[in-house]
Amino acid sequence: MTASLLHPSLLFFVGALLLWLLPLLGRRILILLVPAAAFLVITQLAPGTYFNYHLFGFDLSLLRVDKLSKAFGYVFTINAFACFLFALHLKSRYEHTAALAYIGAALGAVFAADLVSLYLFWEIMAVTSTFLVLARKTERAYGAAFRYVMVHIFGGLCLLAGILLQINASGSVAFTGFSVHGLPTYLILIGFLANAAAPPLNAWLSDAYPEATVTGGVIMTAYTTKTAVYTLIRGFAGWEILLVVGCVMAIYGIIWAILENDMRRILAYSIMNQVGFMICGVGIGTSLAISGAVAHAFCHIIYKALLWMSAGSVLYMTGKSKCTDLGGLYKTMPLTLIFGTIGALAISSFPFLSGYTSKPMIIEAGVHQGFFWVWLILEIASAGVFLHAGIKFPYFVFFAKDNGLRPGEPPKHMLLAMAFLSFLCIFLGVYPQPLYNILPYPVEFHAYTFDHTLHQFQLLMFSALAFFLLLPLLKRTRTISLDTDWFYRKGARLFVAGCDKTFNGLNSFGDRIFMQQIPAIFARFFSDPARNVQRHLIQLGAEASGDNSNLERNKDKVDYRTRFSAYPVGGGVFLAVFFLAVMSIIYFT
Amino acid sequence: MDSENNKPEVCTWFDQPQNIKRLKTVFYIVLVLLVVPDFFMHKHALFFSAETWPGFYAFFGFVSCVVIILVSKLLGFALKKKEDYYDR
Repeated sequence: MTASLLHPSLLFFVGALLLWLLPLLGRRILILLVPAAAFLVITQLAPGTYFNYHLFGFDLSLLRVDKLSKAFGYVFTINAFACFLFALHLKSRYEHTAALAYIGAALGAVFAADLVSLYLFWEIMAVTSTFLVLARKTERAYGAAFRYVMVHIFGGLCLLAGILLQINASGSVAFTGFSVHGLPTYLILIGFLANAAAPPLNAWLSDAYPEATVTGGVIMTAYTTKTAVYTLIRGFAGWEILLVVGCVMAIYGIIWAILENDMRRILAYSIMNQVGFMICGVGIGTSLAISGAVAHAFCHIIYKALLWMSAGSVLYMTGKSKCTDLGGLYKTMPLTLIFGTIGALAISSFPFLSGYTSKPMIIEAGVHQGFFWVWLILEIASAGVFLHAGIKFPYFVFFAKDNGLRPGEPPKHMLLAMAFLSFLCIFLGVYPQPLYNILPYPVEFHAYTFDHTLHQFQLLMFSALAFFLLLPLLKRTRTISLDTDWFYRKGARLFVAGCDKTFNGLNSFGDRIFMQQIPAIFARFFSDPARNVQRHLIQLGAEASGDNSNLERNKDKVDYRTRFSAYPVGGGVFLAVFFLAVMSIIYFT
Repeated sequence: MDSENNKPEVCTWFDQPQNIKRLKTVFYIVLVLLVVPDFFMHKHALFFSAETWPGFYAFFGFVSCVVIILVSKLLGFALKKKEDYYDR
C-alpha cells in the first residue's frame, strides 16, 4: 500500500461539506483544488483493491485500482476541474455541493469493487444529480427533475433486484465480468442501460439535462452515462445484445437531434448517439474494442463538456436556448463560436481532433470481427453526427437567421474553461499516445493513415454538402418532439383519466343504484305497504282482465280506506290466517 | 462595470454576400479535391467491392445524410408537437 493512498471520492465528499464553512473566495479555491488533488491521488494509486470492509457477511471493497478504473478516474477529475472552472461565478453553495457529491459518487461507482458498494454510489449519483436540475428553479425544471429521479429510481431498483438475485445465485458480491445469462444478470444489465440512456429508458436524458442550470448541464453530461459505460465494460464486455442496443442508440440520437429545436436538447441527443458507439464497442468486446470504448468515453467527456459549455455560455448570455430564437451570434461571440466549433468537429471525429483518434478504433474492432451491420450503421452514424452536432448546432446557434441578439462573450473563467478543453481536444487529436497509454489493453492503432484520413474527410465534407443542399428541409420550427417519455408523461395522465372514468364511474353507478334508487323504492313501499300492495294488485287485475274502466275509482277507494284505516275486520282476519298458513307450511315442511 | 464600455464588437463578415459566395466556391473546390486522389490509389474493400470505387466514402456520406434527413423529416410529421403539448 502506498503512503499516499486516499480514496478519490473522499476528497469530493469532504469538499462538499467544507463548502458550507468557507467564504466565497475559499469556496472558489476549494472547488478547483478538489478535482486537481483527486487527479493527483489517482495518478499515485497502485493496482490492487483497498478499503476492504465487512458487511452482512460479505467482504466488500471500496477501491479497486486497475487501468480501467484509473482511466475513468482521470477523465472524471480532469472534466470536474474544467466544469468547476466554468462554474466559478456561482455564489450558491447548494449547487456546488450537489455537483461535488455527484462527481464523488461517480468516482466511487467507478472504483467500487463489489456490487453493494457500486449500488450505494449509484443511488447517491441519482439523488445528487437531481439537485442540479432542481437548482434551475423553474416549473419545467421541477417536473423534469421529478421524472428524472423516478426513472433513475426505477433503474436503480432493477439493479438492486438483479444484484440481490446475483448474490443469492453466485454467493459472491464481486463485480467482475458476468458470463451467466439469466434473470439476475439481465436485471443488472437493465439497471446499467437505464443510466446509459438506452431506449426505451432514454428520455430522461433529453428531458432533464436541458432543463438543468447552465453549469449543472455541463457537469451532468459526463458522469451518469459514462459511469454506465464503465459498468457495462466491466460487467458485460462481449455481450452481443449490446451491439443491437448500441447501433439503435447511435441512429436514434441522430434522428431525434435533427428534429430538435432546443440547442441543449440537440446536444443531449448527441450524447445518446455517442454512447451508442461506446456500447457497440462493449458489445464487440475484443481488447481493441474495449480500449476503443474507453478512449471514446475519455474523448467524449471532454468534447461534450466543451459543447455544453459553449451552449451554456449562449444560454447564460442570452437567456435563450431555442434555435428559432438564436442565430447570428458569431458577430458578438466569436470565441464561444470557435470553442464550440472545436467541440463540434471533435464529436464528428474530424481529423486532428480528439474524436478521430478514438471512434475509429471501435469501428475497426467491429470490422476485425466481421460485423458488417455494425460497420454499416456506425459509418452512417458517423456521417450523421457531423450533420446534427457538427454543423447543425453551430450553424443554427451562431449563424443562420440573425435574431438581433447582441450578447458579449461570457465571463473570462468560462472562456478559460472552454479554452482548456479545446486544447485537450486538439492535443488528443494530434498526439493520442498519452491516452492510448492509459487504456486497459495495449493499442496498436494508427488513426493517421493516408487513406483513412482522406476517407473520413470525404465522409464528413459530403455530409456537410447534404446538410447545405437540404437546408430548407432542416428549417427550425417551434416544436418539441415526442420521445419515450410520452408514455409516462401523457400516458400516465391517460392512465389516471382511464382509471378515473372506470373506477369512479363504477363507484358512482353503485352509489346511485344501491344507496339512492333501491332504498328509495323500499322507502316508498314501506311508507304504506298495505296500500301499495292493494294498488298493485288492482293494477295487475285490470291489466289481466283488460278492463281499465274502474281502475282509477278502485285505486281511489284503496287510498280512501287506507287514509282512514277503514278496512273490514274480516279482511284483517283473512290476512292473518293466510300469513299463519303460509308460515306453518314453511315451518313444518 | 459600465455597460457602455462593455458593448461587444460586431463582426459582419458572414453577412456580405460576396464572402458567402467565396466560401461556397472554396467548399466545392475542397469537395472535388477530396475525391481526386481516390482515382489514383489502391483501395482495400472491407466488406464489398463497391468500397474500392473512387469516391465511395463521399457518396456514402452524402447518401447517408440525405436518408437520415428524409427519415427524420417523415418522422417529424408524427412526432413534432406544439411546445405546450405537455402543459395542456
